[in-house]
Amino acid sequence: MPNKIKDYLSQYAIYFVLLLLIIVIAIKNPTFMSFRVFRDILSQSSTRIIVALGASFAILIGGADLSAGRMVGFAAVLSASLLQTANYPNRFFPGLPQLPIFVPLLITLAVGFIFGLLNGFAISKFSVPPFIATLGSMVVIYGADNIYFSQPPNNSQPIAGLRSDFTNIGTGSIFGIPYLIIIAAVMTIIMWIILNKTSFGKDLYAIGGNREAAIVSGVNVRRRILLMFAIAGALYALAGFLEAARTGGATSEYGNMYEMDAIAACVVGGWSVSGGVGTIPGIIVGVFIFTVINYGLTFIGMNPYWQLIIKGLIIVSAVAVDIRKYLAKK
Amino acid sequence: MNANEFILEMNNISKEFPGVKALDNVTLKIRAGTVHAIMGENGAGKSTLMKCLFGIYKPDAGEIILNGNKINIRDSKEALDYGISMIHQELHPVRFRNVMENIWLGRFPMKNYGVLKLVDEKKMYEDTEKLLKSIDVDIKPTEIVRNLSASRIQYIEIAKALSYNAKIIIMDEPTSSLTENEVDHLFNLIRNLKKNGVAIIYISHKIDEIFQISDEVSIMRDGKMVGTWNASDLTEDMVISKMVGRELTNRFPARDVVPDGVILKVENLSSPFPKSFKNVSFELRKGEILGIGGLVGSQRTELVEALFGLRSIESGKIFIHGKEVVIKSPIDAKKYGMALLTEERRSTGIFPELNILENSTIANIKKYKGSFMLLNDKRRKDDTKKMVDALKVKTPSLRTLIKNLSGGNQQKVLMARWLLTVPEILILDEPTRGIDVGAKYEIYTIMNELTKEGKSIIMISSEMPELLGMADRIMVMCEGHLSGILDKKDATEEKIMRLASKYTD
Repeated sequence: MPNKIKDYLSQYAIYFVLLLLIIVIAIKNPTFMSFRVFRDILSQSSTRIIVALGASFAILIGGADLSAGRMVGFAAVLSASLLQTANYPNRFFPGLPQLPIFVPLLITLAVGFIFGLLNGFAISKFSVPPFIATLGSMVVIYGADNIYFSQPPNNSQPIAGLRSDFTNIGTGSIFGIPYLIIIAAVMTIIMWIILNKTSFGKDLYAIGGNREAAIVSGVNVRRRILLMFAIAGALYALAGFLEAARTGGATSEYGNMYEMDAIAACVVGGWSVSGGVGTIPGIIVGVFIFTVINYGLTFIGMNPYWQLIIKGLIIVSAVAVDIRKYLAKK
Repeated sequence: MNANEFILEMNNISKEFPGVKALDNVTLKIRAGTVHAIMGENGAGKSTLMKCLFGIYKPDAGEIILNGNKINIRDSKEALDYGISMIHQELHPVRFRNVMENIWLGRFPMKNYGVLKLVDEKKMYEDTEKLLKSIDVDIKPTEIVRNLSASRIQYIEIAKALSYNAKIIIMDEPTSSLTENEVDHLFNLIRNLKKNGVAIIYISHKIDEIFQISDEVSIMRDGKMVGTWNASDLTEDMVISKMVGRELTNRFPARDVVPDGVILKVENLSSPFPKSFKNVSFELRKGEILGIGGLVGSQRTELVEALFGLRSIESGKIFIHGKEVVIKSPIDAKKYGMALLTEERRSTGIFPELNILENSTIANIKKYKGSFMLLNDKRRKDDTKKMVDALKVKTPSLRTLIKNLSGGNQQKVLMARWLLTVPEILILDEPTRGIDVGAKYEIYTIMNELTKEGKSIIMISSEMPELLGMADRIMVMCEGHLSGILDKKDATEEKIMRLASKYTD
């Protein structure tokens, strides 16, 4: 049954690519196969996974969310500005009292949610294609971020001196497992439940697969899309919050081009750019592939610019293989 | 007469689209527990009227009265809430999702898990099983829809429409991909629904179906309601003449061409894909119109698209003028004198934003290269003008955008496009779909003229009278097989139907 094997191979092609990458790297340097490396790859993937989970929504309805990276950046600056130590000389808000950590978190998430809502509003109410609506908001958010960031007394200085209870979220661990990994895992599970077990998620698959069908079945397509982009915004905000905590600072350049990595991870993970198809494990593997390339090829001492070439080739060939699945059945 | 004689009244409904008056003051009254057929040519406004009822379109004028109360249906959800469900003409599945999600989309059964309200997959599975069993259909609820055949998908649509327990069910061409036995099955379901007081609005092109199942018949023409009759008071001829607005005698121009000599020969043509056409062999004679009949999903379109190089061929031979040819793309097909008018005029035929001149010359543009590789506009204009006049395209000028023409005139421009390539073999896939009666007659006349000039035509049609009226021979396909070829003199609708359901799963 050569056809069956072919089917199987193309179905799981991306998993084989990941495996192959790991094998090649491990042959070059056997110390790659260690718990420490494994943990590093997972924690480096964590915020990327959260961004990709958010970006997957737009892809599910056949669009793309370009505003993801800039939202991450704004969220990082915003949360960092609210969580500096009291005795740091160059505070963003000199008189700001010590807030309980959940307050800046909620503010950041709310801002992300509202930005997402605006994306969703333009897309569902005014039928602006997602690609264009988020292209616009990407620029707007970057502008807003820089206006905020350049305010006196900060004057576009990198925001530093973050509270240790904040940075601990990004660097600490429990029983040897970094908090970042735990948070990403929880978000992954929540997204899996949303997409597979709620009527909201199933409606989104239907909207992406056949919008007309969803409309005549009585699905409130507009409201679904509105909520979808808002949740995506909150996920980007969470990622920005964690990025600031992980790196112990923030500038308005944070998150630059993250949307591209997120979209790449989704399509490499089998998400159809025409919408309606995609799984959570696909996103995770998609993110892992890029982290393994990043981390692994540095690990074996390869010129970092080769990584970009390999990355680009994987994106195009993954989609080329993936699309064959659908073409052949026509 | 009491006020509740009619469960539904649509009074004086009008709907206008840019450039077309789709519905003009249409009134339709439906009684509970009856099957009410709506008949009319393509473009008569039947589907538009139903889309107004189902909340897909908003009528410009008129009122809808349900059970004596005036209602306002703003979207499909409201229609469903009012107890109106619909089997849509174009199949509407979400192909990558499974059967049960398709059926319960928009109203998934939910279950509380603590604070979470999640879809109750188990109940959904059981409900789907029960529903499908109640209509004697054996499909697994978790099967992905794209793996199912066209007739299975149609059953899912039927099951879905029934599952709303609606008081009014609109069925827009529900049998377009069903075999004879399956149609009988559907009719039994309809009779049961009638007994339970459900009103069925039944749209079909198949006149014999209408007489089998309906109590009342409303006939529409050019966006207007011609009238409503008891089915028992009508005859087939009466229905047709009311539909076309003139006597039956001149629906098709007389054909007096005697085909002679084989121009195209196809031997054992098979597609590489398992569900597509296999082992198809036939001949096309010079000056002949060869009709291809079959249900939706019978792979007729796939076959002719493969002939034209749009789809791959695994095995089989094609001979043109007795010489074997290999056709790998439309470029090859054109070289061998073939032309194809595709089924979907809007998506694969016209370039809506280009004018008639551009649309007409696009398939033959290389011929108009002049000096410095630039196009010779004068020659292009002259040729297009000649064609537009010969085919009687009604248009203010050659610069008119094709999207602003009526369907019939668009089709004529597409014919002009291909005639400019001077083809010997014209493949016409549903050439009169969605165009008005008068234009249909003109297209038939053009087809006759072309065959008189020695060109040969392959015509796919889902309209039985068209096949019987125009084709010299009718080849019928079923599930990718060629199930038989009938000569004009002994072809009947019944024979075609039987061949169209010869192989079933």
